Amino acid sequence: MEHAIWHGLEHVFVEQSLVAAFAVVGALILVSNFAAKHLTNGRVHGSAIAIVLGLVLAYVGGLYTGGKKGLADIPVLAGIGLMGGAMLRDFAIVATAFEVDVIEARRAGLLGVLALALGTILPFIVGTLTAVAFGYHDAVSITTIGAGAITYIVGPVTGAAIGADSTVMALSIATGVTKAVMVMVGTPLVARLIGLDNPRSAMAYGGLMGTVSGVAGGLAATDPKLVPYGALTATFHTGIGCLVGPSILFLAVRALVG
Amino acid sequence: MIVLGVALLAACTLIGVYLGDLLGLLLGVKANVGGVGIAMILLIAARLWLSRRGSLTKGIQFGVEFWAGMYIPIVVAMAAQQNVVAAMSGGPIVLIAATGSLALCFGAVALLSRIGRRDPGSATVEHGGSVIDGGTDPVASGSVARKD
Repeated sequence: MEHAIWHGLEHVFVEQSLVAAFAVVGALILVSNFAAKHLTNGRVHGSAIAIVLGLVLAYVGGLYTGGKKGLADIPVLAGIGLMGGAMLRDFAIVATAFEVDVIEARRAGLLGVLALALGTILPFIVGTLTAVAFGYHDAVSITTIGAGAITYIVGPVTGAAIGADSTVMALSIATGVTKAVMVMVGTPLVARLIGLDNPRSAMAYGGLMGTVSGVAGGLAATDPKLVPYGALTATFHTGIGCLVGPSILFLAVRALVG
Repeated sequence: MIVLGVALLAACTLIGVYLGDLLGLLLGVKANVGGVGIAMILLIAARLWLSRRGSLTKGIQFGVEFWAGMYIPIVVAMAAQQNVVAAMSGGPIVLIAATGSLALCFGAVALLSRIGRRDPGSATVEHGGSVIDGGTDPVASGSVARKD
């Protein structure tokens, strides 16, 4: 009897995967808001706790299943994969644009472009220098690791285009994923320090951080009103990275290391 | 009608992503170039056009704002499916490259946000925040006048 109850419950969760994900995420947010209110006296945003909790659960899920998709690799929680996947994520990001103050966004347009340029070049330089410091001497490996520091999509796209080997590709992707996770967790911590409290700085932030998942998580955890402005610039970041990574940046590295 | 708002959002997303793919193809990049950003601009333009014509109904607004309000839950689900194990076990090269670029970029945000004058903030921005936070009743807020 007990077995039948568990089995039935499991069956419902597997069959109704997206609906189950709504319920699970809702419960997670409820718990997080409660914790934010009563354990931190409202000093920490509830969504910041929810996002960190999500990452912790993703870690636990990853250890448990050995898969790459955190909680979503557990069959009864597979709906998390659909709910938090690129399709609905992009759909919701576009929806936030409905709330954009056009005057603010237009005023910060040039700043966003400057941020995009810096957000591509600065991480690339740090990534390439780290690669060189760890003994990589060929232009292909150095460029691929540098590109991974831009975002975890730019890394493998660049690596594949210039023919990097798979261990370097894995390093490059790991760098990008680590950066995305650190952006999600770190943004609310440094927000005040870096002046991230208005649409202008949010547009600069989106262009500089790039990684859409990092920016989406970081701004949600910091201040929801900044989300559309950061997202507006961040969504151009990966495309630009994929454009300059295998071309200009690779050629520059090759010219330098021979 | 609520579905019109959802359909408008869907149409903007599809067109934007399609144009982003096309732009990528044109530039010879194996990636979508700014598809979501283009979609966002399309949606902003659609809102301005509808509100000027006076046909931005509460239903349409609710259809879009519901999804804006689902943003944070979706981001939480996104966080729950990250490959955190890989991130935690990347080794020193990964940690140094990620931390270094992050610190530098945070510094650059601090610098850039100090360029130019600080804007005083507007009602539209604040209203957007409460919708995305999922806090306000989107239907009731439909009557709030927008200044753009």
